[in-house]
Amino acid sequence: MSDENSALTAMAQKGGKAQAGDAKQYLTFMLAGEEYGVDILRVQEIKGWDTATRIPRTPSYVLGVINLRGAVVPVLGLRQRFGLDTVDFGPTTVVIVLRANGSRGERTVGIVVDAVSEVYNIDEANLLAPPDECHTLGSRFVKALATVEKKMVILLDVDLLVADDAVAADAVLEVAAA
Amino acid sequence: MNLDPEMMEIAKVFFEECKEGLDVMESGLLNLDASADRETINTIFRAAHSIKGGAATFGFAEVANFTHGVETLLDEMRNGKRAITPEGTQVLLQGCDCLREMMAATEEGRALDQARIEALNREIGEILAAPGVHAAAAAASEPPSTAGPAADERAAAGAQAAAPASAGVGAGWRIRFEPVPALLKLRNEPTRMFAELARLGELTVRADLGAVPALADIDPESCYLAWDLELRGEVSKSALDEIFDWVDPACRLTFMPFGPQDAAPAVAAPPPAAIAAPAAAPVAAATPAPRPVPAAPAPVAAPAQIAARAPVVTPAPVAVSAPAAAAAPAAAKASAEAGSIRVATEKVDHMINLVGELVITQSMLNRFADGVEPEDLERLRQGLAQLARNTRDLQESVMQVRMMPISFAFNRFPRLVHDLSRKLGKKVDLRLTGEGTELDKTVLEKISDPLVHLVRNSLDHGIETPERRLAVGKPESGLLELAAFHEGGNIIIEVRDDGGGLNKAKILAKARDRGLVDPNQELGEDQIHNLIFMPGFSTADQISDVSGRGVGMDVVRRNINDLGGQVQITSREGHGSVIRIRLPLTLAILDGQLVRVGSETYVISLLAIVETIQVRKDQLSTIAGRTELFRLREEYIPVIKLHEMFDVSGGRQATEDGLLVVVEADGKRVGLLVNDLLAQQQVVVKSLEKNFRQVRGLAGATILGDGTVALIIDVPGLIDRNSADELRAGAARAARSERRAVRAA
Repeated sequence: MSDENSALTAMAQKGGKAQAGDAKQYLTFMLAGEEYGVDILRVQEIKGWDTATRIPRTPSYVLGVINLRGAVVPVLGLRQRFGLDTVDFGPTTVVIVLRANGSRGERTVGIVVDAVSEVYNIDEANLLAPPDECHTLGSRFVKALATVEKKMVILLDVDLLVADDAVAADAVLEVAAA
Repeated sequence: MNLDPEMMEIAKVFFEECKEGLDVMESGLLNLDASADRETINTIFRAAHSIKGGAATFGFAEVANFTHGVETLLDEMRNGKRAITPEGTQVLLQGCDCLREMMAATEEGRALDQARIEALNREIGEILAAPGVHAAAAAASEPPSTAGPAADERAAAGAQAAAPASAGVGAGWRIRFEPVPALLKLRNEPTRMFAELARLGELTVRADLGAVPALADIDPESCYLAWDLELRGEVSKSALDEIFDWVDPACRLTFMPFGPQDAAPAVAAPPPAAIAAPAAAPVAAATPAPRPVPAAPAPVAAPAQIAARAPVVTPAPVAVSAPAAAAAPAAAKASAEAGSIRVATEKVDHMINLVGELVITQSMLNRFADGVEPEDLERLRQGLAQLARNTRDLQESVMQVRMMPISFAFNRFPRLVHDLSRKLGKKVDLRLTGEGTELDKTVLEKISDPLVHLVRNSLDHGIETPERRLAVGKPESGLLELAAFHEGGNIIIEVRDDGGGLNKAKILAKARDRGLVDPNQELGEDQIHNLIFMPGFSTADQISDVSGRGVGMDVVRRNINDLGGQVQITSREGHGSVIRIRLPLTLAILDGQLVRVGSETYVISLLAIVETIQVRKDQLSTIAGRTELFRLREEYIPVIKLHEMFDVSGGRQATEDGLLVVVEADGKRVGLLVNDLLAQQQVVVKSLEKNFRQVRGLAGATILGDGTVALIIDVPGLIDRNSADELRAGAARAARSERRAVRAA
């Protein structure tokens, strides 16, 4: 885990040299071939996948809870969250532990992604709003789009992603889809 | 108040202290009647005085002014200038309430309730303005030999000293006081001590200038004086000790009771009181006596020293400066008695978490012991046993930090019962037992409101009016008892009254009326009693502001259930009721039974488990092909198959033969079908809600010895049939919506 963290720091430094200005750093990760990013200040740590304790009667994207140094932390499968095909967890599969602000204060939640990718400095001015015409499960968590090295990076809103009323929101979305 | 943040921090401490001070005042006032001893009223006075001083320091002028009025009244009461009357006490109690409100308003920056303050100030002013009447009344109640208000004080002082006085104490003391030079630097103020002595009797002070050096050698901040004091009056040694308590032990201090020749003018105990009375009467007049003392050597010694002191002493009214000296040592004594420290709950929580970790480490080590070389095994086992013992001790002592005596919750009841019984025109004796019983701070905080509900209910519905009580041959005063004690690993709190008890017919009629019970349904006694916990139930014929809105008992039960506790009621018509609350000692740790359900491990609180039985499939009978029942001796209990309820894969075979864990909550039992019983161990309860959300059927999670997370089953939640049914329906719903989600994807 410490290796991963130092890798993270190294990445952060590499990205940090790239440019200055009104830029924010984003940690990006891969999910089914797409690159997603989250505000790096929200990332607490990155750890390898280990089995989680399943919580009965929760949506399938709640993979369970893990022991994070004494704290009980839920882990969400992002593929399941976005309604993508599930794959077996491989060697690059990691849990990104995020700090989110919910209605009851700060919460710590892990998300499972295919692999960690990069840390980018992205200028606030270069962010693009996502088109209104997206209606997939995952699209409502999208905060903005950015282009880095001619690739599209999808920036996610961490608070929305792990909000506990997300289930209700899902239901609304389903009704709309039907 | 526009205080800067740093000041606000300090002010917070002041507000805390004020709350404590007001509690002290209130409990003192409730015990205050004509027969109360001097110490009671002194205690009240000191508390009021500290509040006044603090308020003035922080610039809360209104609070200080108001307290000043209260204090003046108290001062006259303690000087005996005014008799202690129920009316006076009532006004003072209202003063307490008003101060509490003022404090809260000041703390939150709200505007003060001027009308209320003025009204009370007026009332206090009226009492203060009518000295003749009260004083005369007081004098009348005294023995004829003494006359005038001043005699009261003598009598009070004499009464206090009476026991030790007869033999050891003559009619006064000769005191030689040789302080250390650093006396003043140590913030001791001899004039204050003298002023305090002067309150006890007639005081003569002689300064000994023998040790004063030449002017050139004088250190202006040192004290070169010694004093010879003569104190005439019935004064106990302990009273003197108290005054000199604060003086540095290095000071030379000798007390000599007057010999027979000295006592000549005052031989027997009672007459000297009469003789000394006029002399002591102008207490204020006696106080100036010590004042000139430091001033006397002024031309000779340390002019700087005197110049610095003089302005402090002179402008301050004597009546105020003297009690200040009294208040200071008293406050110190009180805080020492409480013997408690203020610790931020966060810190304590953190400590508890750390210890929780230690417990986990220890159980992890325990697991290693299973696979170690045979020769190391014995040593390892010994070490582990020790570790286990240490951990347990540490855990217990750390848990103690969170434990507080239940008196914190009980203390408000004397006042509440006092006020409420007055309002309702009932006579009630309140008896508190087991106030020292300790329980977790969180539990304590959350149990206070339910207790208030229960006590109010007992007063309003339970205990009858005095006339009615006499008519049925009971004593005029009702008895309300609050008791707390340990039973097993639980705390029991009982609210007992000897009132009318629950009226079963009335309850049943009301419940049918409200449609809470089917008209044809027959109910047992306990079931009828439990109806009062139903939402929307109240039998009060008239809604009063005390109770009767039907939002009491169901809230009480819910709050108690939320704490992992249970509430039971037993009642005999005409004889009274007992409400029994069972609470866990703490919310942070529970004794858990680990069970295997299919491939998963769950934890059930050992407290909830009644027994565990091996069952075969054919022992289960079904109703409507769905609900399964198990016959446990004389009753049928519903069976919850945990693998179905929690949708566990590989839990199938449990239906064939498994273990039935019979659990109980709220007097109801259900059987939980599991595959296997695993270890029993103490587990540290971790909230699921903190990072995730509440999950129905689960009380939380814990971390096991191998570092994995296990979920704790919420037994009361499962037992509540409605929620159990909802759970099943919810499970079906969740499964459906998930399938749909998958399809949609």
